[in-house]
Amino acid sequence: MSTAATALDERHREEGAFATLRRGLAMMPEFRRGLPVTFALALAATAGRVVVPIAVQQVIDRGLAGPGGPDAEFVRTVVLVCAGVVLLNVLAVYRMNVRLFRTTETALAGLRTRAFRHVHDLSVLHQQGQRRGSLVSRVTSDVDQLSTFMQWGGVLGVISLGQLLVATVVMAVYSWQLTLVVLACFLPLAAAVRYLAARLAVAYGVVRERVGDVLAAVSEAVVGAPTVRAYGIRERTAARLDRAIQRHYRAQVKAQQVTAAVFVSGEFVAAVANVAVVVAGVLLGLDGDITAGTLVAFLFLVTLFVAPVQIATEVLNEGQNAIAGFRRVLDVLETAPDVRDPAVAGPGEARQLPHAPLGVRFEHVSFRYAPGARPALEDVDLEIAPRRRVAVVGETGSGKTTFAKLVTRLMDPTEGRVLLGDDDAGWVPLDRVAFASLRQRVVMVPQDGFLFDATVADNVRYGRPGTTDAEVRTALEELGLGDWVAGLPEGVATRVGQRGDSLSAGERQLVAVARAYVADPDLLVLDEATSAVDPATERRLTHALDRLTDGRTTLTIAHRLSTAERADEVLVVDAGRVVQRGTHADLVDAVGPYARLHASWRRSSAGEPAPTA
Amino acid sequence: MPTRRDAVVRRGMRHVGRAIVEQPGMFTLALVASSLYGAMTVASAYVLGEVVDRVVLPALADGVTSTGALTLAAAAILGVAVLKILGILGRRLFAGVMSYRLQAEYRRRVTGQYLRLPLSWHQRHPTGQLLSNANSDVEAAWFFVAPLPFACGAVVMIGITVVALVATDPLLALVGMVVFPLVFVLNAVYSQAMSPRMQRAQQLRAEVSEIAHESFDAALVVKTLGREDVETRRFTGRAEELRDGLIAVGRVRGLFDPLMEALPNLGTLAVLLIGATRVAEGATDAGDLVSIAYLFTLLALPIRAIGWVLADLPRALAGFDRVTPVLDATGETPHGAQAAVTGAAGAGLGLRGVDYGFEGAARATLSGVTFDVAPGSTVAVVGPTGSGKSTLAGLLVRLVDPATGEVLLDGVDLRALREGEVSTQAAFVPQGTFLFDDTVRGNVTLGADLPDEQVWAALATAAADDFVRRLPDGLDTRVGERGATLSGGQRQRVALARAVVRRPRLLVLDDATSAVDPAVEARILDALRGAERPSTVVVVAYRQATIALADEVVWLVGGRVLARGSHEQLLAEVPGYAALVRAYAQTEVAA
Repeated sequence: MSTAATALDERHREEGAFATLRRGLAMMPEFRRGLPVTFALALAATAGRVVVPIAVQQVIDRGLAGPGGPDAEFVRTVVLVCAGVVLLNVLAVYRMNVRLFRTTETALAGLRTRAFRHVHDLSVLHQQGQRRGSLVSRVTSDVDQLSTFMQWGGVLGVISLGQLLVATVVMAVYSWQLTLVVLACFLPLAAAVRYLAARLAVAYGVVRERVGDVLAAVSEAVVGAPTVRAYGIRERTAARLDRAIQRHYRAQVKAQQVTAAVFVSGEFVAAVANVAVVVAGVLLGLDGDITAGTLVAFLFLVTLFVAPVQIATEVLNEGQNAIAGFRRVLDVLETAPDVRDPAVAGPGEARQLPHAPLGVRFEHVSFRYAPGARPALEDVDLEIAPRRRVAVVGETGSGKTTFAKLVTRLMDPTEGRVLLGDDDAGWVPLDRVAFASLRQRVVMVPQDGFLFDATVADNVRYGRPGTTDAEVRTALEELGLGDWVAGLPEGVATRVGQRGDSLSAGERQLVAVARAYVADPDLLVLDEATSAVDPATERRLTHALDRLTDGRTTLTIAHRLSTAERADEVLVVDAGRVVQRGTHADLVDAVGPYARLHASWRRSSAGEPAPTA
Repeated sequence: MPTRRDAVVRRGMRHVGRAIVEQPGMFTLALVASSLYGAMTVASAYVLGEVVDRVVLPALADGVTSTGALTLAAAAILGVAVLKILGILGRRLFAGVMSYRLQAEYRRRVTGQYLRLPLSWHQRHPTGQLLSNANSDVEAAWFFVAPLPFACGAVVMIGITVVALVATDPLLALVGMVVFPLVFVLNAVYSQAMSPRMQRAQQLRAEVSEIAHESFDAALVVKTLGREDVETRRFTGRAEELRDGLIAVGRVRGLFDPLMEALPNLGTLAVLLIGATRVAEGATDAGDLVSIAYLFTLLALPIRAIGWVLADLPRALAGFDRVTPVLDATGETPHGAQAAVTGAAGAGLGLRGVDYGFEGAARATLSGVTFDVAPGSTVAVVGPTGSGKSTLAGLLVRLVDPATGEVLLDGVDLRALREGEVSTQAAFVPQGTFLFDDTVRGNVTLGADLPDEQVWAALATAAADDFVRRLPDGLDTRVGERGATLSGGQRQRVALARAVVRRPRLLVLDDATSAVDPAVEARILDALRGAERPSTVVVVAYRQATIALADEVVWLVGGRVLARGSHEQLLAEVPGYAALVRAYAQTEVAA
């Protein structure tokens, strides 16, 4: 594991929510745009919420119980003014909402795309395939969760908070004594909210975990359908499913209990507050400190306290998840890539590859995947002349794939350096080559030759954007694949399906070869596929590879010794060192690992059982 | 399209009825609790009005009050609140239980079908679809149940309110008659405006996720071709569409939310306006005015609950419509009553004129396949891609049944055997290895009570003992979902051990040794054949080394057996066979 990846796992797990927010806001400049106006609108918006209690108070105290008896004119004025305020308030809330949604969504889209780009720059992506899924969630569900939170919880939270503030202020203006009474009732609840929110978080955490279990159990019944039937373990699988479903059900009920508790605690406290307001209000009223209208207005204002408490609990709960997701996205963004484009890192230093056939030179190169680990490659010192076709062979884990990754600069050596070029045009250290130049001249065809869910032509074109369909067809002809593509239902316009699923493994490799062919590199690195391919496709593939590698420097990570037999030169890697080098003919009779590899290949294809040693 | 909407409403009501019929007890409890809540909500407003009228106003007017009056007021407010809280608790808990029970029950039914239905049914349905049928579709189908009792309670509440309003003052009741339906209509308009926008946002979310998945999976290609910018542009395009989609959702919400809130507020103001005149006329008193105004502020939420249910019904119906075909699917694998022969050595196999075709396929996968496998012998099935080898392997262990013809195990048609007989006699290792999220032991024994020595022996035969011993918890190490913590070769070895540990009389390997060393493969076959009771082995193979171990080779092309004989015989006599086997040898993995 690279050091950057380790950092990704262990970074500030203990960071507080506000620190995360600060860090995040620094990275989302879009977010701060126009924020003061939005907050001003928010404050105006909450004003609308206290209009009704004020109207009630005014109507009762001055409209009905005024000195001159009921005053219809006054009531009409109050009601109309208040109705006007309510309508204005609708407008203000609408404007605030739209602004808030626009800024947050714009900021999050920016965050999402920056994280996406950054993930591509990180080596975790290709070093640790199993972590790809979690990286996908950095740019999808983590950001989605933030967005959902902002749209539902965030806006509600802002309004609720404002509502509490404005209601408190209005209450204080009416009567500071009664305000204290109400606050005394609600303050313990505010403390309880934190506790309840934590309980809620735990309960819903369990639910999510159980959902995962159910998903896994269901996928066993679906993906494992042949195995379940072949071994007659329907009962057992059903029992496992049943258990997972039951546990999920119980977790849901448990979470519902906590939610219900949160809900009713607000209601209960509101009732207590109402009682307190009536009792204290009447007692204060006896002394003439308070009017009937004020007292009734307080009863209305207390209802404004109930919803925010319920909302706050859920906002806190969801907020914690959203913040955790936010933190994960920021951690990805702050992880420095192991390998950086010199054109970006230090533009003055960046160099272009010479316009000449490329050779490869390793100068005492060693590589370790982690500090202190066994070197995957150790002190490799060699030169490969331009236009040579070299096969790199060795046991699994010998270091041949590391070799390929260093040549293509997917990683940098721990010690020593790799250079490209030749003696006439000069040698350029690989870590100085601008990516634009490097990726154009050096192309790797990975083992699984990944295909996109698009047409054959689109996939070939990926090697060189702008290639026309006609050019793609010509390229396929030149590779001897004309008859193959003619056999596809829609020729080059045939869609290959997700990850190329509608083609066979061998056919996917054909497309990958064509893609490398249109890219027209000077140095090719081929990581040979290990999967068996049907013979007809295999013949095409061999032919196409011959055409592709013709006249180019080629390094093939060979899993088949037939490839080694055809190569100009063979490099034998063993335990991180190059132990043999020469042509197949030279090496096959020499004592050494190559002869052993060759013998085992002969055995498995000659039809005699291998010794059970 | 009023007719279509009517149809949705009608079907929606039927769906609501279905939920109630499935969980009548819980629904009744939740409904009672909701009604209690509804009644107490109205009562709390009434109590407040009474308290204002009889305690507050007299006290403030006269300057005196009694402890008794205050206590009574407090008791009334608290008593109603406690009942209301009981209503909320009951409503939430019972409604939750009802909705979760329906979910769990349907999930059980759907997955029960997955396990019951034959493999041929599975082959006709994409995996992703089956997964979402059991998960998100079931959830969507019953999601509306949670607010359902609330909504029913709200109906009760509105009923009581209207009666109370009319009784108090018909003119004030008029305000309610205008405001309540308006809240309802606004809610309906809201759902109508929201649902397509929400759907689009959901769709875009899925697309953004798809691009990220694909692009990250393609990391090596992207990076080595230097296409990061192209990918980022592709992703940004869709991410910006998603942003616009979410802003569109926000715009609707941003308008409707304050409107929904303003409506009851305007209602309250209207009550004040009309009420003040009525009080002045002496038609009603201040307490009534207060309680009606208060009621309006309390009623807005329950009315919205009706909207939640209605808004969710189309989604629920869509989910349920996707689940129904699974529940209605028939095609149970019928079993006979015969017991299999036991005790004998390897099982004898016979195929008689077997035809098999996938549904909708232009030509048959297998046609007229007839051959016998002698007890204890090893047969290799060899053929080019698409010749029907895997289908044939599946037929031998009754994963699928032939369209015509029969497959005989010791002379008995597989279909005549009792349920479970085939799997006790035969073990099958499919092409794609499948491990359960269980321990290594659990994956080998599959719940059978086998001693550890036997498990270790099977692992040793499959050359898996070394790596299993090195695992942190040995046999008790959990392998993760689908065996994710193991490598492909390791998974295959565990799957082989699973087959071997049963000491099956028939072992069918469908290219199940591709990631295993030829030497290991030979050892497994040797162990099976050299045992006291040698198993019969049918192996779909590519490697010459494997094929050479077989007593007989069946050469399968285009679903027909074109030749049978020893490997040497076929090499000499069948040019197509010789060409294929040599071609595979060329591609053989050497290192």
